[in-house]
Amino acid sequence: MNRFLLALGCAALLVGCGSSVKLDEVAVEDKSGAAVGAQGAGAAGASSGAAGGAGTLANSGVAPVDVTKSGSNAVMQEGPRIVYFDYDSFVIKPEFQGLIETQARFLKADQKRRAAIEGHTDETGGREYNLALGQKRSEAVRRALGLLGVPDGQVEAVSYGKEKPAVQGTDEAALAKNRRAEILYR
Amino acid sequence: MRSRPLTQIHKSNKYMTPTSFRHLASLMRWIVACSALALVLPVAAQLRVEVSGVGLTQLPITIAAFRGQELAPQKLSLIVQADLERSGQFRGVDGTGVAMDELSRPDLTAWRQRGADSLVAGSVTRLADGRFDVRFRLWDLTRGQDLGGQSYAVTQADLRQSAHRIADFVYEKLTGDKGIFSTRIAYVTKVAQRYNLWIADADGENAQSALASPEPIISPAWSPLGQQLAYVSFESRKPVVYVHEVATGKRRLLANFRGSNSAPAWSPDGRRLAVTLSRDGGSQLYLIDAQGGEPNRLSQSSSIDTEPVFSTDGRTIYFVSDRGGSPQIYKMAATGGSVDRLTFTGSYNISPAISPDGKSLAYISRVAGAFRLHLMELATGNTVAITETTSDESPSFAPNGRLIIYATTLQGRETLMTTTLDGRIKTRLAGQSGEIREPDWGPLQKQ
Repeated sequence: MNRFLLALGCAALLVGCGSSVKLDEVAVEDKSGAAVGAQGAGAAGASSGAAGGAGTLANSGVAPVDVTKSGSNAVMQEGPRIVYFDYDSFVIKPEFQGLIETQARFLKADQKRRAAIEGHTDETGGREYNLALGQKRSEAVRRALGLLGVPDGQVEAVSYGKEKPAVQGTDEAALAKNRRAEILYR
Repeated sequence: MRSRPLTQIHKSNKYMTPTSFRHLASLMRWIVACSALALVLPVAAQLRVEVSGVGLTQLPITIAAFRGQELAPQKLSLIVQADLERSGQFRGVDGTGVAMDELSRPDLTAWRQRGADSLVAGSVTRLADGRFDVRFRLWDLTRGQDLGGQSYAVTQADLRQSAHRIADFVYEKLTGDKGIFSTRIAYVTKVAQRYNLWIADADGENAQSALASPEPIISPAWSPLGQQLAYVSFESRKPVVYVHEVATGKRRLLANFRGSNSAPAWSPDGRRLAVTLSRDGGSQLYLIDAQGGEPNRLSQSSSIDTEPVFSTDGRTIYFVSDRGGSPQIYKMAATGGSVDRLTFTGSYNISPAISPDGKSLAYISRVAGAFRLHLMELATGNTVAITETTSDESPSFAPNGRLIIYATTLQGRETLMTTTLDGRIKTRLAGQSGEIREPDWGPLQKQ
């Protein structure tokens, strides 16, 4: 009565998925410094456990990686460094022109200073599209600094999209506080 | 065929009672009510699948308790039944009180009187080496036909997986479509200021952390063979795309260029990824070799181009652009060139996902301020909203094309849902504490 696909059948079913793609260890172009800490490699080494072994179902192993925060150094900075934007807008309002001029002077005073401009959006809409919207805001600030003579090499425009709201909340006051670009010195 | 609401909640939720529904609207209200109840329940360590809804043609099936499963750490028959019911295509028929295994010959008359058309019976036995021997057989009760069976020798950790394989076998035998119960999903949670990228079974259980970080993680994307995940991590205080080998945890930077790097999408052959880079100013689409290297610019616009996704044949890339003044979904050849606009209704259409058969486009559309999952039949351009929630995000097709997983917000909390393509059967993957988001459904597992 035993008509199972025993022995060979099961073996064929259960093995199979083991071969994994050989990964190239060569890092790809990395213009802003290393991002993966040693912790990542350590966790990877300690993994193995669930994978492999005859009779296990394939692909069940997941090796955990923990990325710990590297300590940030205090850097010199000056004055207010947050530009707020209107809804769906990337225009730097006149009231922030003074802020831009102050930061431009500060950057030009020392060519070794490096700043990141982080663009942010409110929580409305998709994550990736908001990432692109935040990028528009940070690039608007970078262009404004560039017009005042700050070399492009001193500032990097990046975006957090809606991932890092300055304040929680869904009312317009909260949303307005989150539509912003922050100038951060590194 | 009789139709009955699927109100079975596995691991039994005593607060939910069967009710019948005629209209989708009342169904949705019920889902929301259940969600509210779920929130007051103790938070479980793992996700829970809550099934509700009415399928038009559901196959009645009994999954008898596997002989010996009361001594095993997983109740295999319950996992198989929950899998099948979640598809919306099966209805469980109670088989309690009958002792059977894969060697039993079922009493056809008695089972038909109970209303079952099919029956699964099996056993689980602990082996000398500590593993478990799992066996089952599937019966067509209407024809008295043995539809075959299988056996597995698995570790305790893989018992759930063996149940999903059984559900896949049954699903394929009875519907003709590939089962997706043994596939995996990836998603991201945020708890306090801690982000985790999880890999879980397709039913949301058995979640394992692949990456923990104090900074956001978004846009996970399974490689076509399911061995790697590409994603965007902000751990270096800017968005950078990594490729992560799941089994070993080995990661490599794929795109870490000046500016923002995001929205990875694998080509079907796994050799390239489309990404969004701002290295040349503005968010534009690029192709990059899966091993890294210099990216090739794909789009040339002064607007936002992002969220690329390959067609199943790899020839076309669907993406989002605001070149027309508002975000809309476009397509172009994977080699670049001219673009065609696909969405014309509404002023905010984002996050395209293409069905495995290439016939349907799932996307998020803002209608009257609500962000809802929509489905477009590509041949005709006909579109329909398939949810009634207001903050849907990130749709992803199951690899057999019969379900979509997506993120949404219920009662102010981020959660994950699956839905059939007609929107009739929705399940909530709930219970993980914190905010749950960014799902991506992995490929079929190789057999």
